[in-house]
Amino acid sequence: MIKIANVSKHYGDFNVLKDCSTTVSKGEVIVVCGPSGSGKSTLIKCVNGLEPFQSGEIIVNGISVGDPKTNLSKLRSHVGMVFQNFELFPHMSITQNLAIAQVKVLGRKQDEAIDKGLKLLDRVGLKAHAHKFPGQLSGGQQQRVAIARALAMDPICMLFDEPTSALDPEMVNEVLDVMTELAQEGMTMMCVTHEMGFARRVADRVIFMDQGAIVEDDSKEAFFANPRSERAQQFLAKILHH
Amino acid sequence: MGYQWNWGVFAQPSATGDDTYFGWMLAGFKMTIGLSLSAWVIALLLGALVGVLRTVPNRVLAGIATAYVELFRNIPLLVQLFIWYFVLPELLPASIGDVYKQSNPVLQQFLASMVCLGLFTSARVAEQVRSGINSLPRGQKNAGLALGFTLPQTYRFVMLPMAFRLVVPPLTSEFLNIFKNSAVCSTIGLLELAAQGRQLVDYTAQPYESFIAVTLAYILINVTVMTLMHKFEKRIAVPGYIGGK
Amino acid sequence: MYEFDWSSIPGALPFLWDGMKISLVITAQAVLIGIVWGTLLAMMRLSSIKPLSWFAAGYVNLFRAVPLVMVLLWFFLIVPEFVGQLFNIPKGTDLRLSSAMAGFALFEAAYYSEIIRAGIQSVPKGQIAASYALGMTYGQAMRLVVLPQAFRNMVPLLLTQGIILFQDTSLVYVSALADFFGAAYKVGDRDGRLVEMLLFAGAVYFVICFAASQLVKRLQKKYHPA
Repeated sequence: MIKIANVSKHYGDFNVLKDCSTTVSKGEVIVVCGPSGSGKSTLIKCVNGLEPFQSGEIIVNGISVGDPKTNLSKLRSHVGMVFQNFELFPHMSITQNLAIAQVKVLGRKQDEAIDKGLKLLDRVGLKAHAHKFPGQLSGGQQQRVAIARALAMDPICMLFDEPTSALDPEMVNEVLDVMTELAQEGMTMMCVTHEMGFARRVADRVIFMDQGAIVEDDSKEAFFANPRSERAQQFLAKILHH
Repeated sequence: MGYQWNWGVFAQPSATGDDTYFGWMLAGFKMTIGLSLSAWVIALLLGALVGVLRTVPNRVLAGIATAYVELFRNIPLLVQLFIWYFVLPELLPASIGDVYKQSNPVLQQFLASMVCLGLFTSARVAEQVRSGINSLPRGQKNAGLALGFTLPQTYRFVMLPMAFRLVVPPLTSEFLNIFKNSAVCSTIGLLELAAQGRQLVDYTAQPYESFIAVTLAYILINVTVMTLMHKFEKRIAVPGYIGGK
Repeated sequence: MYEFDWSSIPGALPFLWDGMKISLVITAQAVLIGIVWGTLLAMMRLSSIKPLSWFAAGYVNLFRAVPLVMVLLWFFLIVPEFVGQLFNIPKGTDLRLSSAMAGFALFEAAYYSEIIRAGIQSVPKGQIAASYALGMTYGQAMRLVVLPQAFRNMVPLLLTQGIILFQDTSLVYVSALADFFGAAYKVGDRDGRLVEMLLFAGAVYFVICFAASQLVKRLQKKYHPA
């Protein structure tokens, strides 16, 4: 589904990504973790072309992301993404947020789009809030709407960029529950997150990044039982002490 | 102080006989409003366009937009006005220039004033639009793109509606400025409010009344515009966000 | 097609330079008075003594509602006579130029006052509390703690306003002061070369203002690196 091969990216002399390679198969759930500044957010943004990269290749569903001839908008329309700061559109109601891209990008009819959006809103447990605006919802609620918005596009896979790190602690679980459900239904997911409990429950593989490089890429059992690199060991120890 | 106040002067027939002095004031008032509003339309359209261009990734377009803003921002309004009014008609090809120079002088004054004020203000509007767009959270653009919007669609559906709301308060002050700046156009002989005030001083012996009336008229415009824009701001406020409920 | 003839510029340079000096003097005195009077106005506006705050608010709002051209006309045509009568100054004395300059400075002070008020308000309230806690008076707290911080934040804005003000000086044209623009216009009018002189004046203003604004930008980057 997603193939990342020898991807490197630099700003001037600074290497943000160093020769990163991995794959995500259909139905797999991958958790990407690592200290801040390790390049994990950059890597996931390269997958749908939000960040350009200088060398290497990323193939999503058979389409090369780095190829200048690729229609990135079309590719992105079926790769869902959820952001750290939710990024709902503040000037639109929740319903409009759910419908706009379906209508303008996929060309669905307004009624159809709203129907679909409301169904997904119900699924994340927020049907009662359909007429509100994003600024009137809590962070956790906004993030659940953002997940519903991405799902409304019928994505072939979902990218999560630290979806819980801007949330108050008591709201983290409501978002993780939605993600867990999604994973159990067989969605292909690539999640940048520090939530190791989530990784233990649902991940198939864990990728650990440090200083722009993929240091570990292993099954979750192997990663948690016996991380090979010293840095991953330190990272896990620190997370536990939080 | 031996000054004889006489507010009745405005009801007197004017020196040219076809109107009262109040009529002069009113004509100036209408000219100021008409000039400012038509220039504002130009300023908004061009300013929005140039402001957006300053934020696009295309370097050539952004560079042209920057040059535009710098050009109109760094030359005094009065100099720009004189260039539009005195210089430009000379530089036009003779055939067009002659037709223009033979047209109604009031029309010439009005056109030069409107274009000048419009372009001058558009550079300021562009700066406000640019800073409005730049003050949006960066993630909004990414979120739009990630949903499959093209860049123009992202601007249209995601960034511009929000930037527009952020920009209304600073644009209100530019809108007020355009009315005030229109007084500069009295220097090329356009009979707007300030010029009529000056004329009243020359024709009547009542300078105080004339200037007080003109000054009050500007204050009236100022207060009206502020009240209207405040109402407008409330109407477009986004629930849950700055200024919203 | 129009044929340019720039030959009247070299001979006119000394005259234009005299005009430029007047522009610069008006700018300098307006900036100076504007900042001093503007600071006082801003402090009055923020003061808890109501009449002071009302006066400052009224002053600032009045000047900001009226076009500079109108203010200059007031101070050129009306105020000199009024002042002359008030202080019994002999009729022949020409107060018009100094009056126009005063009007200009008083006008700009309203704009400076708003910049300075925002600057003072940008200093956290805790700073005043901390100054009081150290035993300072209101005056000391303002002078030693709040204003220095406020001015540091405001320097780019104050300078930018200075550039706007320099451009505004061209409007003294309505009061017959021979500033740079007035001089350029006179030369152009005399030689029948208005097109060239106006373009030349525009270019000179552009070079000065553009260079100054780039300088301000640099300064801003140096002191407030984003």
